[in-house]
Amino acid sequence: MSVFSAIGEEREIDSNEFTPGIEPQATWCPGCGDFGVLKSLKQAMPEVGRSPDEVLMVTGIGCSGKLSSYFESYGFHTLHGRSLPIARAAKLANPGLEVIAAGGDGDGYGIGGNHFMHTARENHDMTYIVFNNEIFGLTKGQTSPTSPKGHKSKTQPHGSAKDPVRPLSLALASGASYIARTAAVNPNQAKEIIKEAIEHDGFAHIDFLTQCPTWNKDARQYVPYVDIQQSDDYDFDIHDRREAADMMFEAENALHEGEVLTGRFYVDDDRPSYQQEKQATGEMPEEPLAERYFDEDYEWERTADSLLARHK
Amino acid sequence: MTEDLVWRIAGGSGDGIDSTSQNFAKALMRAGLHVFTHRHYPSRIRGGHTYVEVRASEDPVNSRGNGYNCLLALGDSFARNPKENAIYGNEEIKPLAENLDELNEGGIIIYDEGLVDVSEVPNFEARAEENNWHVYPMDLRSLAREHGREVMRNTAGVGVTAALLDIDLTYIEELMRSAMGGDVLEANLDILQEAYDIISEEEFTHDLRVPTGDHDEDQLLISASACIAYGALDEGCRFISGYPMTPWTEVFTIMSQNLSQFGGISEQVEDEIAAAALAIGASHAGVKAMSGSSGGGFALMGEPLGLAEMTETPVVLIEAMRAGPSTGMPTKPEQSDLESILYSSQGDSNRIVFAPGNAAEAYDQTREAFRIAYEYQIPSIIVIDQKVSGEMVNVDESFFDREPNPDLGSVLTEDEIAEAAHHESGKFKRFLHDTENGVSPRTIPGQKGGRFLAAGNEHSEEGHISEDPVNRINQMARRAQKLDSIREDLDSQESSNQTTFGPEDAEYGIITWGSQQGAVIDAVSTLNDAGHSVKGLGVSDLMPFPKNDLAAFLESVDKAIVVEMNATGQFRGLARKELGLYGEKMSSLLKFDGNPFIPRDIVTAFEETIVEGKDDVSNERTKYLPEAGVTQ
Ligand SMILES: Cc1ncc(C[n+]2csc(CCOP(=O)(O)OP(=O)(O)O)c2C)c(N)n1
Ligand code: SF4
Repeated sequence: MSVFSAIGEEREIDSNEFTPGIEPQATWCPGCGDFGVLKSLKQAMPEVGRSPDEVLMVTGIGCSGKLSSYFESYGFHTLHGRSLPIARAAKLANPGLEVIAAGGDGDGYGIGGNHFMHTARENHDMTYIVFNNEIFGLTKGQTSPTSPKGHKSKTQPHGSAKDPVRPLSLALASGASYIARTAAVNPNQAKEIIKEAIEHDGFAHIDFLTQCPTWNKDARQYVPYVDIQQSDDYDFDIHDRREAADMMFEAENALHEGEVLTGRFYVDDDRPSYQQEKQATGEMPEEPLAERYFDEDYEWERTADSLLARHK
Repeated sequence: MTEDLVWRIAGGSGDGIDSTSQNFAKALMRAGLHVFTHRHYPSRIRGGHTYVEVRASEDPVNSRGNGYNCLLALGDSFARNPKENAIYGNEEIKPLAENLDELNEGGIIIYDEGLVDVSEVPNFEARAEENNWHVYPMDLRSLAREHGREVMRNTAGVGVTAALLDIDLTYIEELMRSAMGGDVLEANLDILQEAYDIISEEEFTHDLRVPTGDHDEDQLLISASACIAYGALDEGCRFISGYPMTPWTEVFTIMSQNLSQFGGISEQVEDEIAAAALAIGASHAGVKAMSGSSGGGFALMGEPLGLAEMTETPVVLIEAMRAGPSTGMPTKPEQSDLESILYSSQGDSNRIVFAPGNAAEAYDQTREAFRIAYEYQIPSIIVIDQKVSGEMVNVDESFFDREPNPDLGSVLTEDEIAEAAHHESGKFKRFLHDTENGVSPRTIPGQKGGRFLAAGNEHSEEGHISEDPVNRINQMARRAQKLDSIREDLDSQESSNQTTFGPEDAEYGIITWGSQQGAVIDAVSTLNDAGHSVKGLGVSDLMPFPKNDLAAFLESVDKAIVVEMNATGQFRGLARKELGLYGEKMSSLLKFDGNPFIPRDIVTAFEETIVEGKDDVSNERTKYLPEAGVTQ
């Protein structure tokens, strides 16, 4: 039997396999957009042909961070903002794993902002889903980095004096090679985008608009949405950085004027993933590092054999 | 007893002091001597005054000793006035002027008169006469220029030293041949020989000669930083992540430079939170991994450290201490992070802490730290500081003749997973309550049937977030139980991590931990030679605390001094907390001026406080904390 025999196994996969024995209703509020992410994700998995045992779902802290509890796979529910550094190391240790990281807008663009920038910059081959509800959900409705300017909350009673972050532009500037925005109210598009993101060789960022009916009252806040790929009004080349940047800029401005633009914003299929870059420099073995520990035939070298001579 | 040589080479940082001193130490080691190097440098890259001491003895050496007896003052070329002939300036004399305080009576001074104007050094003549110093001014700069380039002043200085102390040039030449070639080598060899010859014609006024030594075994000149890196590699570590910070950078650099040769991965990342988190991620995915930092960077790791504990993800972290708080004194050693290492991270959190006292111990304890971390699924921390990390000592080559250990510890194979306990949801019971020693079996993502959730929140046996009180108690108890199992495991090992020295039935004790061990060893032997009855204990296990070892030691002595480099007696506080008694037996000798203890500090303090019963010590750089009353 191979060491990680779940990886690369060829078989029919059913989306029900991704349902664990515990129910999200326990913590997610009725009508929460998070249900939509979970559902689209489960539907995408059979299409990419990955089984629960070969997926590592790494999440941050927040309502969104509970995704790893309600999605059946190997999981790591980490710390607030820290999903990405854990996820990318796991991918380096075992590139055969399907690594998906997820968290909220506070988690990903606030406390974890530095990790977001650097993980995108390195272009790790993984998928990052940010549940963007423009609010801190789990801690009961404080202003988040994506809340619009002027947004009032208990901790910002005078209204936020800050412009919201621009997640798409940030991802592009940082180096992400696949960038999309979808919405929980648009499950078919969401499923397709998740599928593409997983299949993409490089860092795929999905800004996933999720409504929070509990703290961001308007439960239908991302309706109506426009799919930019379906609309004749938006003609741009998703492989062109400049055109993509302009489109993102427009979408980010429009969101706070009530126009929800979703779809693929940027795709770069040519850029090598970090793993490939690292292997090219000779700094990363071709075979998964994690496998070596199970390989009875692998000869472990002693430092005495090669390193000590220089100390004589 | 013949006198040990303690040679100090001083110059501007960037002048090649480090490599020259290393080669000199190696040459002496090859000639059969035991050696020890001590490094002093300021927090500047260029400019600023730096020195390295090389101690050489026919007997094994533990510390830099007390003061030194031969100075090679090169003059600080980076401080030089750039105007062509205006070579003298106030900064340039520093390598001479600033090193005189610690030069022993009757010592030797060689200085570069090409760069240093001795008349600018305050009271030089008078001090030299008073201390009976033997002064040899040499124009090393011109000599170097004549045959090569000015930077080769180092070589000229080494040649002069060799001639004055009667050191055979063969070993030095051999080392040069292996390090360089072509014109550079030729020029250096010429300079070395010429410097040697010039001095041979002089009349010597001193009588210090290099002692002769003869090792039984081949030797290596090595630092604790290198030993940590090699220990980690031999223990199967193949992943390191870090962010530079002095003095942790040393371990990070050595690992990064060698890891790829063993098929490993090194990652320099955005900050220390990420660094520790990456190591945890790699370990979760089935690789032996480490990270580390110093003071402030380690503070950032407190959060991921707790995550590793809660998710029972093995990981090894290095904490290379420097003087704090805040950014403190970046290049100065201190042992004042102990409490933050023991207690950083929220909650009742557990970790393993080792503090090796020298290079060889650093190798052993790094291997132990990995073994324990992976076997018991708990974070291990190795504590060092700027002193022990950089000092070079000779270690028998055969010491490193060990087998690698790639064992991932308590991990199941897929066959074993198939037979293991599963929850009806399909998840594997990764955090099973009911285990023999507190350790639940582990699976690795990608293994068939081993799915679980590693949650930083309190969780059930299969990893689901849980606030059930019974589950909470069970999980807490099991995680704590691991510490008892680890203590038993460590106590059952053949060699103890505690180092004892001095006569077993001694009346008094000196206790220390980590890097100050060498100075205490030397102080204990000096005290016994002087007719006192003293023994020493160097403690390396800080958590789980070696209660039995400490209690037995304290039980056996009338009084003990705890020697450590911090202002508040952190280790003594720990010992009192853990033992709950013997408080009245422990007083503290503390130092926190950025300079490690020398044996004399300890000898003097012992005589003044224990023997003469004074409440304080005369050395203003050390602080005496008398016993803190009786507990129990
Ligand atoms: C270091 C740290 N700071 C703060 C918190 C408290 N906290 C938990 S979730 C959260 C915000 C969650 O907001 P978001 O990331 O947008 O996720 P959502 O709950 O909206 O899905 C905060 C501040 C924490 N757990 N850890
Ligand atoms: S608080 Fe908001 S984000 Fe959290 S579960 Fe409820 S609706 Fe969803």
